[in-house]
Amino acid sequence: MAVISYREALNQAMREEMERDPNVFIMGEEVGHYNGAYKVTQGLLQRFSERRIVDAPIAEMGFAGIGVGAAMVGLRPIIEFMTFNFSLVAIDQIINNAAKIYQMSGGQFNVPIVFRGPGGPAVQVGSQHSQALESFYAHVPGLKVVMPSTAYDAKGLLKSAIRDDNPVVFIEGETLYNTTWEVPGADEGELLIPIGKADVKREGKDLTLIAWSKMVWTCLDAAKELANEGIECEVVDVRSLRPLDTETLAASVNKTGRCVIVEIGWPVAGFGAEVAYQMQRLCMDALDAPIERVTSDDVPMPYAKNLEDEVQPQIKDVVAAVKRALYLPDGE
Amino acid sequence: MTTPDSTRVEPDNALEVVETTVEELAPLYRQMLAIRRLEEASAKAYSQGKIGGFLHLIIGQEAVCVGAIAATQADDYVVATYREHGHAYAKGCAARPILAELYGKKTGLVRGLGGSMHLFDKKTNFLGGYGIVGGHVPIAAGAAFASKYRNDGRVTLCFFGEGASTIGGFAEGLALAALWKLPVVLICENNQYSMGTPVYRSLAVEDVSLRAIGHGMARDRFDGDDVVKVKRRIGEAIERARTTGEPTLVEVVTYRFRGHSMSDPGLYRTKDEVEEWKRRDPLNRCRQRLVDLGIEAAALEALEVDVKAEIEDAVRFAEESPAADEYLPYVVKE
Repeated sequence: MAVISYREALNQAMREEMERDPNVFIMGEEVGHYNGAYKVTQGLLQRFSERRIVDAPIAEMGFAGIGVGAAMVGLRPIIEFMTFNFSLVAIDQIINNAAKIYQMSGGQFNVPIVFRGPGGPAVQVGSQHSQALESFYAHVPGLKVVMPSTAYDAKGLLKSAIRDDNPVVFIEGETLYNTTWEVPGADEGELLIPIGKADVKREGKDLTLIAWSKMVWTCLDAAKELANEGIECEVVDVRSLRPLDTETLAASVNKTGRCVIVEIGWPVAGFGAEVAYQMQRLCMDALDAPIERVTSDDVPMPYAKNLEDEVQPQIKDVVAAVKRALYLPDGE
Repeated sequence: MTTPDSTRVEPDNALEVVETTVEELAPLYRQMLAIRRLEEASAKAYSQGKIGGFLHLIIGQEAVCVGAIAATQADDYVVATYREHGHAYAKGCAARPILAELYGKKTGLVRGLGGSMHLFDKKTNFLGGYGIVGGHVPIAAGAAFASKYRNDGRVTLCFFGEGASTIGGFAEGLALAALWKLPVVLICENNQYSMGTPVYRSLAVEDVSLRAIGHGMARDRFDGDDVVKVKRRIGEAIERARTTGEPTLVEVVTYRFRGHSMSDPGLYRTKDEVEEWKRRDPLNRCRQRLVDLGIEAAALEALEVDVKAEIEDAVRFAEESPAADEYLPYVVKE
């Protein structure tokens, strides 16, 4: 095992899968000669040539649709969005075509495609470049939605996404690319993490924190802080929003009896609301307190750093929510 | 023609007679006739409440899909719109499963899950009917991208209306097909109305094929009443795609005799206009040509009787088929 970055883990996943399967290719803006806007595809053009690392002009709807058409006839495209903000001009291809063609064709044509790229708020890039869109995609039957938090998960889940026979929306944490984790190399056996399995990132008995992507890190930091006060939080990383591993989540909540769901997206119709519904349904008898949610404020992202921090969930917000769920006095 | 725009480009050389033979033309006539009868049977079933939702008929435009697809090989791909019953039939789908699909039956082409607008057939390489205008143009470019990637020599035909020429999917699909030299033939079936809006109210320049020029792409534009002419001209574009990989934007001027869908009485057109186009009916024209070429009366009659029987059988099949009964297995492929 080597400690590598989240960025390198994604790069390894694509490199390994492209070496394994000649039908896999990457298409997107700046993925080749520029080596990726976030350098995730660094070095792949040199390794695989322009035939398989395809620099696309600025036409997300066009190249997302080309990916769908190519997937229908047997290729396995990886479509990179420079950021998921730009997926919004391709959302017709993702929802109306990729997600539905298997059903519309009565099971004749499946669409093995990965739409990947960074998502979630970045740092001081303003509202159009700083938002969490996973709830949009998690809403749609026919899609799988995956959001790894660590380099280890990023590699294992991206490899599984590329091998999946269905369209997978794979949203990387825009601020996680430099984070590191222990990851096995290609010579240490295949790292394949099944899509649809949550992961307990920290064990605890007092309360369950449920999160995905960057908020897993925020929850782990909050759990550390709370441990100093004698409160032991379990942190469960959803990893895959669709399909959602309600079994693992419910097992944790049934054990702790309390649940706080932390997401970086907006509160209204955010994916955490669905998780809260599932947990009350599956854990009603075990719950000792109402399920709490921590989200960003219900506003477009401001630019100023102080305001940006204020809008997004911080460690202190998670700590406060945990204390509310524990009926502790300083749980505001 | 129909618009007050005097700069409108008339179809070129409408009186040109394209050489053909009874042997070539008779099967094309048979397909056109079968599509016409299939559409008429669908309209009847719709009015009886046996077909629901939207039903877009291609009556009047049959020469375009039949002529174009006649110029393809069996392993070429076809991608079409929501007005695609004729394209599916011309690609080789039988009338039975097409009609059963419209009826929402288990025996339908896509198990009653797609309906009129979403016919798909993997075994004939019919990549589907799509309901979002222009959204399928990139998909066609994608199938062509796969052919280029694999160097498999296949060509993709993509059909759309002139109404699609104003939307982003068309613009981006066209741009990428040109940039990457994808073996696709983009066929604009200009039936002169995007739903109820005539071309002179939706396009600043009414010649859609001109869009190719800005992309350095080959183009063609012609009248779509003669099925053989359609076959020849689309054939040239297919040949270009197959041998050089170059795409072509082809505009075929045509006319739909019915409204946009069954709920549209077509009040935005004059009766005279519709009558004028019906006088040029490509189906009648094709039949007359067969007679002029000396088809035996008995052979022509046998062909027409055969088509009548085929569509009657398809109606019976659709009526008697069991209702669609499952949808869960077709959401996610396991």
